[in-house]
Amino acid sequence: MSAPGPAVLLVEDDPQIRRFIRATLPSHGMLLLEAATGREALAQAATRTPDVVLLDLGLPDMDGLEVIRRLRDWSAIPIIVLSARGLERDKVTALDAGADDYLTKPFGVDELLARLRVALRHRAASGSGDTAFATGDLSVDLAGRIVRLSGREIRLTPIEFKLLAVLVRQAGKVVTHRQLLVEVWGPGSAGNTHYLRVQMHGLRHKLEAVPARPRYLITEPGVGYRLREDPGNPGPV
Amino acid sequence: MDDDRRPDPDALLAKLQEEERTGSRGRLHVFFGAAAGVGKTYAMLQAAHDRLRDGVDVVIGHVDTHGRPETSALVEGIPAVPPLQVSYRGRTVQEFDLDAALARHPCLILVDELAHTNVPGSRHERRFQDVDELLRAGIDVYTTLNVQHLESLNDLVAQVTGIVVRETVPDSVVEKADEVELIDLPPDELLARLREGKVYVPDQAERALSGFFRKSNLIALRELALRSTADRVDAQMQIYRRAEAGERTWPITEKILVCISPSPSAIRIVRAGRRLARRLRADWTALYLEQPRHFSLRAADRDYAAQALRAAEALGGETVTLAGHDAVGEILRYAREHNFSKIVVGKPGRFWRLRELVAGSFVARLAERSGDIDVFIVHGGREREAVRDSDAAEAAGPPIDWRRYGWGVATVAACTAIIALAQTHLAPTNLLMVYLVGVVFVASRWGRGPSILAAVLSVAVFDFLFVPPFYTMAIDDTEYVITLVAMLLLAILISTLTVRVQEAAELARQRERRASTLYSLSRELASARNLDPMIAAVRRHVRNLFEAETAIFLAGEEERLALRGEEDAPEFARDPKEIAVAQWVHQHSQAAGRGTSTLAGARALHLPLVGGRGPVGVLAIGLPPEMPAPTTDQMHLLETFANQAALALERALLAREAHRQRLAAEGEKLRNAILAAVSHDLRTPLAAIAGAASSLAASGDRLDDAARRELVLTIHEEAQRMSRLANNLLEMGRLQSRTVALRREWQPIEEVFGSALHGLETALRDRSVEVRVPSDLPLVAIDEVLIERVLFNLLENALRYSPPGTPLELVASPGGSELMIEVLDRGPGIAPGDEERIFEKFFRGEGARSRDGSGLGLAVARAIVEAHGGRLWAGNRAGGGAAFRFTLPVGGEPPAAIPSGSGTEPLAAAGAGA
Repeated sequence: MSAPGPAVLLVEDDPQIRRFIRATLPSHGMLLLEAATGREALAQAATRTPDVVLLDLGLPDMDGLEVIRRLRDWSAIPIIVLSARGLERDKVTALDAGADDYLTKPFGVDELLARLRVALRHRAASGSGDTAFATGDLSVDLAGRIVRLSGREIRLTPIEFKLLAVLVRQAGKVVTHRQLLVEVWGPGSAGNTHYLRVQMHGLRHKLEAVPARPRYLITEPGVGYRLREDPGNPGPV
Repeated sequence: MDDDRRPDPDALLAKLQEEERTGSRGRLHVFFGAAAGVGKTYAMLQAAHDRLRDGVDVVIGHVDTHGRPETSALVEGIPAVPPLQVSYRGRTVQEFDLDAALARHPCLILVDELAHTNVPGSRHERRFQDVDELLRAGIDVYTTLNVQHLESLNDLVAQVTGIVVRETVPDSVVEKADEVELIDLPPDELLARLREGKVYVPDQAERALSGFFRKSNLIALRELALRSTADRVDAQMQIYRRAEAGERTWPITEKILVCISPSPSAIRIVRAGRRLARRLRADWTALYLEQPRHFSLRAADRDYAAQALRAAEALGGETVTLAGHDAVGEILRYAREHNFSKIVVGKPGRFWRLRELVAGSFVARLAERSGDIDVFIVHGGREREAVRDSDAAEAAGPPIDWRRYGWGVATVAACTAIIALAQTHLAPTNLLMVYLVGVVFVASRWGRGPSILAAVLSVAVFDFLFVPPFYTMAIDDTEYVITLVAMLLLAILISTLTVRVQEAAELARQRERRASTLYSLSRELASARNLDPMIAAVRRHVRNLFEAETAIFLAGEEERLALRGEEDAPEFARDPKEIAVAQWVHQHSQAAGRGTSTLAGARALHLPLVGGRGPVGVLAIGLPPEMPAPTTDQMHLLETFANQAALALERALLAREAHRQRLAAEGEKLRNAILAAVSHDLRTPLAAIAGAASSLAASGDRLDDAARRELVLTIHEEAQRMSRLANNLLEMGRLQSRTVALRREWQPIEEVFGSALHGLETALRDRSVEVRVPSDLPLVAIDEVLIERVLFNLLENALRYSPPGTPLELVASPGGSELMIEVLDRGPGIAPGDEERIFEKFFRGEGARSRDGSGLGLAVARAIVEAHGGRLWAGNRAGGGAAFRFTLPVGGEPPAAIPSGSGTEPLAAAGAGA
């Protein structure tokens, strides 16, 4: 990769995690900025303008959520939240507060890089108005409202198409139940996740070869859904 | 013998207990006098000043100086608890402020006039109850009392002075006093002081001199006061001698049975019996024999017996209520069975009774059959007038129900009509039979009075209409005289018998009902294991018997009461005032509220629930306002209820406590086992990681690529193993501590299959996984994060225990009200006998490859499935391999129809979004 690569701001109070990431990212052509506290993070974000933020939710001086809110006051910079397993509520809250994606600790380098790449690409593509999307055998033309699987056109109901369109626009990123419900059904439907699950069930039966082992429409338990961009690659273990 | 001179151990014990009791309790010092004006209050105040000089914390609770200047002068200099201003019937009355006194908690408090009756609405009816509460709080009390207020002397005072004193103090209060100091003043001096206006202000003094303060009265009262003080000194001497010298001066214990009947004299007989008992130092029991005929008495009359029994209890006697016809027989049977040596009965003779003419008077028969038991006959008149005077309204009683008499007359008229029709066909004697039938009918329907009226009327009408000469009361044939007299006697006899049989049946029914209620309550309480069914049983039975709602308060943290069974508790149980009463009752283990003399203004009657180990809680019975206060009998029944309930509740509470402790002990054991296993399971991968990492750090450059790669892979794999262990441990901890409520959402099971398989994508790369999910499966309400964990752990377990490359199957199938999910492998299967053990924490099967896994995965999976109301079990498949199956209940309300529009539809209330 050519220098200067994208700048990643890592906000994490644990020195060992910082050390592991410091040892990894530069060799993949990225510039690492470090912050151990929320205050430091906000200062760095304002002065060094990183391209993506990796944010641990448990910070010594302030709530990670507060950092997200303050960043979002003035910046659309992608934020990837780092959080432990079993804290799905925190992840969802962070995502709904404006974070773009999350990584569950412990995570591998592959996963970290994949998430960073998605975030960086979305940052580059935002506002580009790209309406065509393709992954594996699946291709979606948002403007023409055409969905093809191995070249064959698939007929979707209006709701199913709306759902798929939201996921396509956020491809590779997790989208929470709440975000999907609000975008597809409107702001009043946020609690009715079973609407969403039933529609997703229908969508999978139309788009997936084995609906119980989906390649594209991945469930993030307790959080939401993610449209996978690279269905051939192995996922997290 | 030497033996006889040794101190009686019981007496020593009693003395010790007495000393112990007075140790924690405050000391009561009574300034006792023959009449007002002898200087009790003055002496009390002087004594208080002495104590004050000794440095004791003395406070005046309440002192009435009656405007006497010497006394008022003494009040100065002693701090006082400000009196409570109570408005009562438009006037403001100054009352002793008990709560303020308790809060002030002095060493010694002065409370004048022990016999005082508090203004209605105070906590206690009477001041001596206030004093008792002060004593129980450990405060010493000085108080004053006149002899005419002593309960047991009340009748004597009335006889001597002709004045009935209503404000009496139970003798037990004075007997329990630590000091009784007699303040004596010769009558002449007292009279002189009266004339000088030192006792009452002049115009009152004149009236007092001509009324109560006659010299004869004062001499008699003085004698009573001196004698009762002497009695007390005598008793103290006896106790002292018994304890110190061990000399046996006690006679064989006498037992006295005081028999009362429902008459105004009952209370007087009780007092007389008590005086006798005291003089003889005997135990005594008041016995009320409930006879069927008592049911025909007015309620007010029956209440006399209840009042007398209450008085007996207040005077320190035991009380017994028996039922039966044969009064003499029952009383003597009871007396013999319980070794009573003396029987006290009232002097009869208010009414002329047929029965007594025939069988001899009750007293005569009792005396005749009593054998070696002495019978004392006590005079029982006079008080009737006294009671009449005071309670004229009450004595008037309920009006007679004239309708019953009307029916009696109507029946006679009907009989007459029948006879008039049948006259020509029947002999006159047979005509009389028609009347006889009528009389029996009246007796059975409307009781004795109407039936006697009917009998007399029948004879008169028959004589008038059907006996020649007709239409006169004269009788020609003397034979008819015999017929008519016989008819009259027969009618009265039959009606008496009929009525008595009915009364006996009624009495039996009532007793039967109570007995069966008690029996079924005790049976239900015995069979119930938990608190709630017990409480429900108590409440139902009280409702059946008294038509009253009940609430049960149980003691919780720091003896605070909490209402049990909130949702269907009666309304009064939420009233903070009632809760405060209940709290008081609990603290003092003493009944209060309606029908008692403490906090009688409460809406409910509050009974303490005292079990074998102490107070458990309070039973509050919300008697309807229109219902009269419970009789002694009902009170006893309720107390029996409360006792049974208390024992049962205590049992349940103890069982709960034992269960909690057992769980805690088991939890402790398990915690230790887990700690041991975890420390092993954590250290092993840690050792591998540390070893591999240190090897890389120290000599990484000297190792070849293959060796370096091997070490790095070791670190990676061991770290992942620790991560899994940490996940499962956390999950287990959260499930067991129940801090996590299930976040159930309706969803297709297929989706959870997908996320579990996705999570194991790398590990499953060299395996074929066959997934079978019918497309028409119903939605299930599950916590997807947790069920995904179940599938993840089961699949991981299958991967670990089956050879690489062998296929796996993941199957869902509907089964009635359940959904069944199977995870199948083609490994060696489960060793026989291990089907259950594999779910134990840290169990590890034989075929496990390496030391992989934590041994917690299956335990976590089972805990999650069970939290969802399903089952998880393991077995072997036909054709080889293990099968793990679990069920998830499908029941419940399926979600509302899915809207197809865009958010304009009304929304069904569903679970919160993830």
